[in-house]
Amino acid sequence: MTTENEPGSVLPVPNTLPAPPTKFAADPAPVSGNAAPSPIREYLSKRGSGSLADNSFAAVMLLCACSIFAIVLFILGILIVHSHQSLVQFGWKFFTRQAWDPVSGDFGALPFIYGTLATSFLALLMAVPLALGVAIFITELCPQRLRAPISFLTELLAAIPSVVYGLWAVFVLVPIMRDQLGPFLYKTLGWTGFFEGANFGVGLLTASIILAIMILPIISSLTRDIMNAVPNSQREAVLALGATRWEMIRIGVLRNSRIGIVGAIMLGLGRALGETMAVTMVIGNHPDIAKSLFAPGYTLASVIANEFSEATGDLYLSALIEIGLALFLVTIVVNAVARLMVWAVTRNAPARVN
Amino acid sequence: MNFQSKSMRLNTAWRSAANYLVSGLSILATVLVILPLLAILFYLLYKGTSSLNWAFFTHIPAPVGESGGGMANSIVGSGIILLLASLMGVPIGIAAGVYLAEFGRGRPFATAVRFTADVLNGVPSIVMGIAIYSLIVMQQKHFSALAGGVALAIMMVPTITRTTEEMLATVPHAIREAALGLGVPKWRTVLSVSLRTASPGIITGCMLAFARVAGETAPLLFTAFGNQFWSFKLNEPIAALPLQIYVYAISPYDEWHRLAWAGSLVLIVLIMVSVTLVRIFANRGVLKGAS
Repeated sequence: MTTENEPGSVLPVPNTLPAPPTKFAADPAPVSGNAAPSPIREYLSKRGSGSLADNSFAAVMLLCACSIFAIVLFILGILIVHSHQSLVQFGWKFFTRQAWDPVSGDFGALPFIYGTLATSFLALLMAVPLALGVAIFITELCPQRLRAPISFLTELLAAIPSVVYGLWAVFVLVPIMRDQLGPFLYKTLGWTGFFEGANFGVGLLTASIILAIMILPIISSLTRDIMNAVPNSQREAVLALGATRWEMIRIGVLRNSRIGIVGAIMLGLGRALGETMAVTMVIGNHPDIAKSLFAPGYTLASVIANEFSEATGDLYLSALIEIGLALFLVTIVVNAVARLMVWAVTRNAPARVN
Repeated sequence: MNFQSKSMRLNTAWRSAANYLVSGLSILATVLVILPLLAILFYLLYKGTSSLNWAFFTHIPAPVGESGGGMANSIVGSGIILLLASLMGVPIGIAAGVYLAEFGRGRPFATAVRFTADVLNGVPSIVMGIAIYSLIVMQQKHFSALAGGVALAIMMVPTITRTTEEMLATVPHAIREAALGLGVPKWRTVLSVSLRTASPGIITGCMLAFARVAGETAPLLFTAFGNQFWSFKLNEPIAALPLQIYVYAISPYDEWHRLAWAGSLVLIVLIMVSVTLVRIFANRGVLKGAS
């Protein structure tokens, strides 16, 4: 900026220059020979590239990126504010109480937590082996020609809306459960105690089956991506040692990608925990904790969907919003952990070249 | 052949049996997965086509007990809500993606945004519904199409952001540098070089987000709420296809079940056609040579 004590200055700056250095003293002419940024560059960086337009463009983009943070914080904030009454009245006990009595204003979330966990884990139990099988088939065994159509078909499953799954479940799956699968399970596995009692076709098991169908494409497509991220040299190395194809998959592929696969499963879990419509339509909607999987149940999401619009009274509403808050926090944690796991594997991995 | 002892041969036999077993199981799994998909699609096609008629597209729902009626108002309502959601969600999503890819490369802040977007993607849609209910519906004191649009827009943002970022990352640096080297300002470079080059992928991403929210019911339950009559006002409850399907599916009337099947078929066809059309457009269009 100032030119007075510049040692490298070639031309001595005459002291007779009229003005002391002010903001605008750096007139291009006198400083042209100095080591300070060349006037041309200064000119270009100030005007040539439209610094105002550039900066405002960058600012707008930054603002939009920040809005993603804002959305998450805003959801969290608004849920806390509106569930305040229930938070104060019941405290932590809310999650361990079994009562759900809107008339006398007595609320506890345990039956819903049980229903959510039971259906989600059953769904995972059914979906994970199938999803892994599909992923292994697509990445390792499938002829090249079939690869794209099969991936497309499994991803088509993900494009079907939840409410359509529910509709199908109500009119196809429920009768099958009631008339064929249910009696069969009772006959063969009734002694375990999990398949007892009246079987109306709706209940925890039916909800789990429809959930399993819904989370399958998520888990299998993510697992496929993760297995594709394993470099071919790993496969070749194991094969070169004389391994069979299964040993190659087990040692070379699955072992390398296990963290990512666990992450993919957890993402499926996150989806299962929050799935609403299809589950609401077939779970029976009864706040009860029963050992039998034929028994009707209730999940966190389906109690909100079912009772929110008819909730009378502030406490009832705030109890339902607190359930929403719990669901939000749990899915955030599950998703965050799962994402970290998937990232750990697929980040920086070059795409596999077939 | 005496290369192998007996135990070695047994071992080899066991290993190859395990190999075939696992291959068979994984083929079986694939069949088991594709089976319900085909079952759902064919049953839907069978039920839906037999109950679709012209009245479905031109009439509003008939009162209980009367036959006929359609979902014309729901189709239009869904269109309005989705248009609103796209108008809000697409620009924000793309802009956030541009920030991540063009301005925030390697900064911790960008990593945090990326991570938050991924996490937001997994937030249950019903939670979005009650959050928007608390924010907009409680203040306005009535349900509205606008609230439904905002809820869906929020659900679109993370998907669009992540695809935009991924697509921009595939644009070669040389193209950007060429533009910058000609003295094109950065904002101009981003808009007419980077975004333009990546546009097929970005359009596909937007369509996927669109298809995802088009079938969403849960966030609309307490925001758009549904309506049995024509409504074009953004400030009033509005009908939506998924909502109407839900209401009809859990109703006890056969006539309504019929309409629910027809509605599901229309919804799926709408989703699939929009996705496929854009895929074709994006693959064949003028933009293909750009990448």
